[in-house]
Amino acid sequence: MSVDPGITAATSAVEDRKNDLVRYVFASCALVTVLTTAAIVLVLLEGAVAFFRFPDVTVLEYLRGTEWSPVIRPRSYGVLPLIWGTLVITVGSALVAIPVGTATAIYLSEYADPDVRKYLKPTLEVLAGIPTIVYGFFALSFITPIIQRLFPQTGTFNAAAGAIVVGVMIIPMVSSLSEDAMSAVPDSLRNAAYGLGATKVEVSTRVVLPAALSGIVASYILALSRAIGETMAVTLAVGMTPRITANPLESMQTMTAYMVQIGISDVSVGSIGYQSLFAVGLTLFAMTLAMNLISLWIRSRYREEYQ
Amino acid sequence: METDRARLASRGGEDPDRRTASDRDRRSGTPRAEEPVIESRDLSVFYGEEQALQGIDMSIPERRVTALIGPSGCGKSTFLRSINRMNDLIDVARVEGELYFHGKNVYDDDVDPVALRRKIGMVFQKPNPFPKSIFDNVAYGLRVQGKDDDVERKVRTALERAALLDEVEDRLDESGLDLSGGQQQRLCIARAIAPDPEVILMDEPASALDPVATSQIEDLVEELAREYTVVIVTHNMQQAARISDKTAVFLTGGYLAEFDDTSKIFENPQNQRVEDYITGKFG
Repeated sequence: MSVDPGITAATSAVEDRKNDLVRYVFASCALVTVLTTAAIVLVLLEGAVAFFRFPDVTVLEYLRGTEWSPVIRPRSYGVLPLIWGTLVITVGSALVAIPVGTATAIYLSEYADPDVRKYLKPTLEVLAGIPTIVYGFFALSFITPIIQRLFPQTGTFNAAAGAIVVGVMIIPMVSSLSEDAMSAVPDSLRNAAYGLGATKVEVSTRVVLPAALSGIVASYILALSRAIGETMAVTLAVGMTPRITANPLESMQTMTAYMVQIGISDVSVGSIGYQSLFAVGLTLFAMTLAMNLISLWIRSRYREEYQ
Repeated sequence: METDRARLASRGGEDPDRRTASDRDRRSGTPRAEEPVIESRDLSVFYGEEQALQGIDMSIPERRVTALIGPSGCGKSTFLRSINRMNDLIDVARVEGELYFHGKNVYDDDVDPVALRRKIGMVFQKPNPFPKSIFDNVAYGLRVQGKDDDVERKVRTALERAALLDEVEDRLDESGLDLSGGQQQRLCIARAIAPDPEVILMDEPASALDPVATSQIEDLVEELAREYTVVIVTHNMQQAARISDKTAVFLTGGYLAEFDDTSKIFENPQNQRVEDYITGKFG
């Protein structure tokens, strides 16, 4: 028989049970988020199925129709005007956030003194913490009047103000995540470029930026998926007129704004208008999920490995 | 028009005979055959309060290998980095004294460090290829320096001089990061010599490599000294003895203890502490 050199049974049976218990508590907390997500998807699916069961509604019309009026007669069920509204806001906000956010990230990562960065980055992140309804009022009371002065035909509710304000809202997301990606580029690459007689601009744009590209693009996509899901600011600024128009000075309606409209209206539970909420919600969920998956894929696929 | 003419001029300037032409000019200026390319006078470098180099006087001859050796923290890398002003990139670094490149103090106000670094290339301790293709790595310096005519040929020439072409000829579009450590370091050497600088600074270029890759780098250094002035920092005294013409021995605290022909330093050092260091009594 071998001797025990004192390396068995360091803990008593009671302690073992305590360890197990702690482990289950932590695991069940983690489970809460997973279960919530699953429950949301189930509720959306069930509600959407009920919507498409109504005799007037067909999936084909939903996906291809260009008129959206599920509550007011004559009724029509084409979701494209809502997708269009969301798309205009998303693309418009990207036009604001991507250049400004990327330039901010380059400044923070490559140019700013450590002291400046220490204060500027948290300040930028405060932008992300402002309630979105405040952004909505800001758009209505500040941005729209400026646009109206430039283009007098601009409506009180218009897509341009919404796109700008959502763009400002997502700048911190772009700049903060991009800055993280650029700061992770090792200094040895910067030194190599400086050693070859590159200027600071060349080092920033032709070495650091390409080396951090996967993280930067992932930040764009996450920010855009935030823009797609943005609700209160666009409800206030863009209005509630579902239509497909190329004129950003007109009112439109995003998918999220429609959901607010139904949520606060007096449609009865189980009616076609009520059920349309779930169909639109499911469409929105599918779009943001796809964006997040693309972002994940880009980050894992194109991550640069440094020694 | 202006740029066309400038480009024509610089294209003429990149021909092999430019070097001999400018040499002739230089030689006619002074009778000595070994005019120093780089000369430091009372050069001191400080990192914040701490003085890393103590009034260094040194003349580095043209187209020779000059080795800088000494124990860790003796300032040899600091001296190397002060030659092409890479110390500028360290916020707390401050330089006093003069460092002349062809008689011009590189710390004068009118000197542009970017232009200086185009004349003085650098190879670092750890291979640091860009996450780009092998071709684009070598072409990078050419492109930022506007020497991007005939890139294909210049890239191949540089790879050949760096003794790497045979190994990578059929995969120039693959990532430089996929090469082995020794190949990456030769890629970095090719990248440094592609824009045709006059001086190449090497900061312990073989310290992260295995013995085979190290001896390839050493052969390459001797080869490069035919055309370039090479200044190399090394931890390895045998390496300094094998490949260098001149050796500078730095000692802890940032003092230059002795600077002379390599054979003299290793066979008959004047300074007792240098002799102790060379014979392995400390370091």
